[in-house]
Amino acid sequence: MQELDTAGLGSIRVTRKNDHTVVIEKDLATEQMVLAMGPQHPSTHGVLKLECLTDGEVITQAEPFLGYLHRCFEKCCENVDYPAIVPYTDRLDYLAGMNSEFAYALTVEKLLDIEIPRRVEFIRVIVAELNRIASHLVAIGTYGIDLGAFTPFLFCFRDREIILGLLEWASGARMLYNYIWIGGLAYDVPSDFLKRVGEFVTYFRPKAVELCNLLTKNEIFVKRTMGIGIMPAEVAINYGWSGPMLRGSGVKWDLRRNDPYSVYPELDFNVPVPDGKLSVVGDCLSRHLVRAFEMEESLKIIEQCISKMPATEGFNPRSAIPKRIRPKAGEVYGRAENPRGELGFYILSDGKSTKPLRCKARSSCFVNLSAMKDLSKGQLLPDLVAIIGSIDIVLGEVDR
Amino acid sequence: MTSTALSQFSIPFLMGSSLNVWSEALAGFNLFGLPLGLVILAAIPLVFIALYSLTYGVYGERKISAFMQDRLGPMEVGKWGILQTIADILKLLQKEDVVPTSADKFLFVVGPGILFVGSFLAYAVLPFSPAFIGASLNVGLFYAIGIVALEVVGILAAGWGSNNKWSLYGAVRSVAQIVSYEIPAAIALLCGAMMAGTLDMQKIIAIQSGSLGFAHFFLFQNPIAWLPFLIYFIASLAEVNRAPFDIPEAESELVAGYFTEYSGMKFAVIFLAEYGSMFMVSAIISIVFLGGWNSPLPNIGPIALNDLTNGPVWGAFWIIMKGFFFIFVQMWLRWTLPRLRVDQLMYLCWKVLTPFAFVSFVLTAIWEVYVP
Repeated sequence: MQELDTAGLGSIRVTRKNDHTVVIEKDLATEQMVLAMGPQHPSTHGVLKLECLTDGEVITQAEPFLGYLHRCFEKCCENVDYPAIVPYTDRLDYLAGMNSEFAYALTVEKLLDIEIPRRVEFIRVIVAELNRIASHLVAIGTYGIDLGAFTPFLFCFRDREIILGLLEWASGARMLYNYIWIGGLAYDVPSDFLKRVGEFVTYFRPKAVELCNLLTKNEIFVKRTMGIGIMPAEVAINYGWSGPMLRGSGVKWDLRRNDPYSVYPELDFNVPVPDGKLSVVGDCLSRHLVRAFEMEESLKIIEQCISKMPATEGFNPRSAIPKRIRPKAGEVYGRAENPRGELGFYILSDGKSTKPLRCKARSSCFVNLSAMKDLSKGQLLPDLVAIIGSIDIVLGEVDR
Repeated sequence: MTSTALSQFSIPFLMGSSLNVWSEALAGFNLFGLPLGLVILAAIPLVFIALYSLTYGVYGERKISAFMQDRLGPMEVGKWGILQTIADILKLLQKEDVVPTSADKFLFVVGPGILFVGSFLAYAVLPFSPAFIGASLNVGLFYAIGIVALEVVGILAAGWGSNNKWSLYGAVRSVAQIVSYEIPAAIALLCGAMMAGTLDMQKIIAIQSGSLGFAHFFLFQNPIAWLPFLIYFIASLAEVNRAPFDIPEAESELVAGYFTEYSGMKFAVIFLAEYGSMFMVSAIISIVFLGGWNSPLPNIGPIALNDLTNGPVWGAFWIIMKGFFFIFVQMWLRWTLPRLRVDQLMYLCWKVLTPFAFVSFVLTAIWEVYVP
């Protein structure tokens, strides 16, 4: 048997049989196709571009291209005062503005070393956890859309709408809040706010079960996500993954527990980690389940915060806000557990200016997305969509 | 039929009698020696086709999905938005007819046409009532199975002619899917044909008529018939690219699949062809397994419900209602289920549906031979 390789056009095999007949077999010539997925593709969750090399439906390589939503966040920060950065942080992860503000406020407070009123801390935790639920609802809903189920998305948005209404009531804005200020809050919560939040918690519990029955328990959904895009724990740690992505790989790492801030040490909640019974540890389904279970934990946190909340008498949410923020020369790194993972701010102060010399945001989405190349190798095109959806990126935070 | 029922038991408020009397009177209506009444009667199903698939299929989809999702759906154009689709079509008609520069113009233009024709040609053999069938072929069922395959050509032409990678993906997926699913679908329909002993649509339905109403339908005549019924229903979903098998147009994966590049009226034509096919497969499943234009109501003693609700106009009513029921189920599934993956779809077709279709084929044959 003779084999001739004709430069990438498939090989030709020539076989001589005993009766002197010659059989020539020729492989079908195949060529890999470059497929630009995005930035206007519906399931890239914004303006992500993936340049895929495809062999039929199989992705042999996928390279993420970023920067379509770059707004020079870090450069802007160097030119405005510390408090003026808060609205910019809303625009990082626009689905979880409260959490971003929280992380930034924590960082600057660490730099300034100021004491925060207890009620402020509880209100911050409540709004941050409400926002976490809202953010997870979007993550779960859009993941349903990625897999072809449209209805769960609208169920999620119906419930998210209530949260946005509550947050609007507190802060005056629906998504870009500018509510958590350095050293305090913009306003105290309205008088009936906690009652309404409590009502939301009782309303939302059965709805979360309904969502679970509709989407998470669906046979097709499980078939589409189970065992897809498996990320081993060590590789996830090496990539620097955090948040539900890392927990999906079986690592019990939650900054609210492992590097506690605010009043989280006083609160009782679990850190859900897949045990391999419902899903393969590290696959898309695990990451989805972590988000689904986290919503329940957030509800628990909110309930505890409502019951532990100190009285409102003589409370001024702006009492601890410094008149003029000019930190001592030095640097600080502060971080908080965002719905998408660890959002960290590194701030360098020269001690003279009211503006930071350097403000770097460590974006969880960006780090999580960096594993895309590894995860997508050899996957089918529909699985690539499932993997992108499970990473749950917000391009506002990836590109900053 | 009607007159005997009327003489036995006359219920004036039941529409049955009046509808049939009305249709018989209309059929006998001649103007200057021309059978004008018959023409009007024959036009009723055609009006239905136009009304349903050109407007209210799309409207129904939007409303049903809206109610499933806690929304209202279209509400602005007309009362409850009932004129929404007409407004949409008018809008699409006014749009610029864009043909991409690098597209194969001939294929690009001809694709939606073939799709539309393939979808609506099957209507020729759909019996809308005992009095109306476009073409009473003796191989009507065979023709209906065969002509649907023409859609594949249209999809491939549209996908290839667009010169877009997503369209190509969609087209190739679609062809693989439709060609695969035709096998279990055809075998399942053959079970029905075997029970009827004919491929003539009208005869298949006529065999299923009787005074006991639904009990004469093949689905209730033969316990095995449930298997081909379910197989055909699943396979028909795949054939008309409906969820959970909407892989060719999977919007989250392939943008819009084979019609990514289409806009304006060409897009509308593709859309309407899809709704046309939806009713077509729904009508076929109700013809083969659920008695077509036969009334499902039984005669209970002296109350001759079956006789009262059978007739040319009632027939059209029943088959359209049965078709609508399956369209509703299709929509229900679409707005509930996620989408299967390509390989899972092929697995389902070749390793689940096709073997079971063969099993049901053999079982039906045994039943037909040994059970009187």
